[in-house]
Amino acid sequence: MNNEIGSPEVIVPSVPADSGIVEDRTQRNAGNLEVSRRGGLEAVGVHAWFNKHHALADVSLHFPENTVTGLIGPSGCGKSTFLRLLNRMHEFIPKAAMAGEVLFEGNDIYAPGVNPIEIRRRIGMVFQKANPFPAMNIGENVVAGLKLARVKTDDKDALIEDCLSRAGLWNEVKDRLKAPGGSLSGGQQQRLCIARALALKPDVLLLDEPCSALDPGSTLRVEETIVQLSESMTIVMVTHNMQQAARVSDYCAFFLSDGGPGRLVEADLTTNIFSNPSDQRTADYVQGRFG
Amino acid sequence: MDSPPEQREIKTYYTTVDKVFRGFVSSAALFSLVVLILIAAFLLFRGFEIFADYGLKFITTSKWDIGNPEDPSTAVLGIGAMLVGSVLTAFIAIAVAVPFAIAAALFIEYYAPRFLRTLLTAVLDLVAAIPSVIYGIWGYVVLLPLVEDWSATLYKYLNWFPLFNVQTPIFGRSPLLAGLLLAVMILPIVTSVAREVYGQAPRDLVDASYALGGTKWAGIKTVVLPFGKSGLVGGAMLGLGRAMGETVAVYLTLNLVFKVNFQILASSGGNVASLIANKFGEATAYELKGLMAAGLVLFLVTLLVNFFATVIVNRSRKIV
Repeated sequence: MNNEIGSPEVIVPSVPADSGIVEDRTQRNAGNLEVSRRGGLEAVGVHAWFNKHHALADVSLHFPENTVTGLIGPSGCGKSTFLRLLNRMHEFIPKAAMAGEVLFEGNDIYAPGVNPIEIRRRIGMVFQKANPFPAMNIGENVVAGLKLARVKTDDKDALIEDCLSRAGLWNEVKDRLKAPGGSLSGGQQQRLCIARALALKPDVLLLDEPCSALDPGSTLRVEETIVQLSESMTIVMVTHNMQQAARVSDYCAFFLSDGGPGRLVEADLTTNIFSNPSDQRTADYVQGRFG
Repeated sequence: MDSPPEQREIKTYYTTVDKVFRGFVSSAALFSLVVLILIAAFLLFRGFEIFADYGLKFITTSKWDIGNPEDPSTAVLGIGAMLVGSVLTAFIAIAVAVPFAIAAALFIEYYAPRFLRTLLTAVLDLVAAIPSVIYGIWGYVVLLPLVEDWSATLYKYLNWFPLFNVQTPIFGRSPLLAGLLLAVMILPIVTSVAREVYGQAPRDLVDASYALGGTKWAGIKTVVLPFGKSGLVGGAMLGLGRAMGETVAVYLTLNLVFKVNFQILASSGGNVASLIANKFGEATAYELKGLMAAGLVLFLVTLLVNFFATVIVNRSRKIV
């Protein structure tokens, strides 16, 4: 490893060669750092407050289209807060406030007159804890978003199959679509939640530690799903798992709080973050020296 | 083959403090059970003669005639109309109160700004503590003229509907008035229970519905209402129990007539509790036994409703 700033031990964590997702994601998208307006998402000078507590300060970050960006950093550094700011879920927390702009296709999603419901339809979200609707069966869960958003579809069954296939769950559940969503395993439930988000055909998918409650096998399946989805949509993912960030993401953004509000320390191609970060704190974190 | 070892007895050791406290709390708990049994036994004992004389006819007949006060055999006692009245007014109360309670609970839990939420929650508890005689007077003085007007309108346009028909268009102290008053009275308790169950709806599911582009209403419809369904039923049953047992308010707002009446606009009805309050003062010895028996019937019906309410509320907690 040749790097001038990071220490010699900085290595990209190895991934088993047969996992199917070892391809160097960063090469595919190398040189794609330019701002792409179409379907693109960008945060400009974003701050967040909860009541008087300043949780996040001055984050500017661009998410290139059809890439996976990993948000990494120790707990409490504002990653999830930042994620929830990107599709206006932030405002559901009482006394939450924000500053700055989030540009979706060049337009500020916090501008007056913007319908947040429309924003959330196009910028989907999957949560840390799998949360299928308990009163609905598997198939109903997939199309729950259509029902909630009152979107009509011509062929519901085809959509259910398509979404479940893209979420990598179809083969496991195709014979029991009428079973309750809660009857699935944790990993399957999480993929069901991804399928549910896909049914609305979002342009961006936000994932908040989607694998934190899953076993390694399920994690691998979800990671494969994420990589496949990134062919057709922009993905932003919060993760505490450095190996996962290295395996899945094209870009990484490292957040850190020094006791005050969380800040963006650096954002770069994932290979650079892991092998050649420009900030010593990033190097320390990705090597597991703290956090 | 070795036989399994003998099982050892595990003895829990309680300190004296524990024993004393245990004795205190268990006797306190048993006390209410004893009171319950004693009341039932008392009513059964005092009313037993009535059940022996009339059997099931006591709850199917609708006549309250003590005949010759000296000769109990000339009396005809039956609380059929009163039971019907209890159930009818209680159901009017539930039918009116529950939709209001749902709306109020959703507003407090999901729409009201914080200060209003605290205020309304406190006000609800306060309103629940108003004595029922106050409600009764208010119902008689304020609600009665209003309901008379409404009844006249309902009768004018909807008298083809059996519930809204009357023999003579005199309205006044009708089951509708008593039912509406009871609705006002049980609204706080039903709202309070509904608010509590709606507040427990899982935040992550509500978030999920928002994240899927759902409106607030869609989220409430998809997550909150199904989640709170059985809890709400339990709350409604608690309200039903209270409405069926209400005495003074019904005494003041419903004409006591011993005739089964389903015409909710008619100035005729009564319920078991107000019957007892009405007749108790000047009752003959035999009539008093009849009132005790009526009390036992009311006691059992109320107990049954509360029992079902508890079962339903407990089941809803388990789903969480």
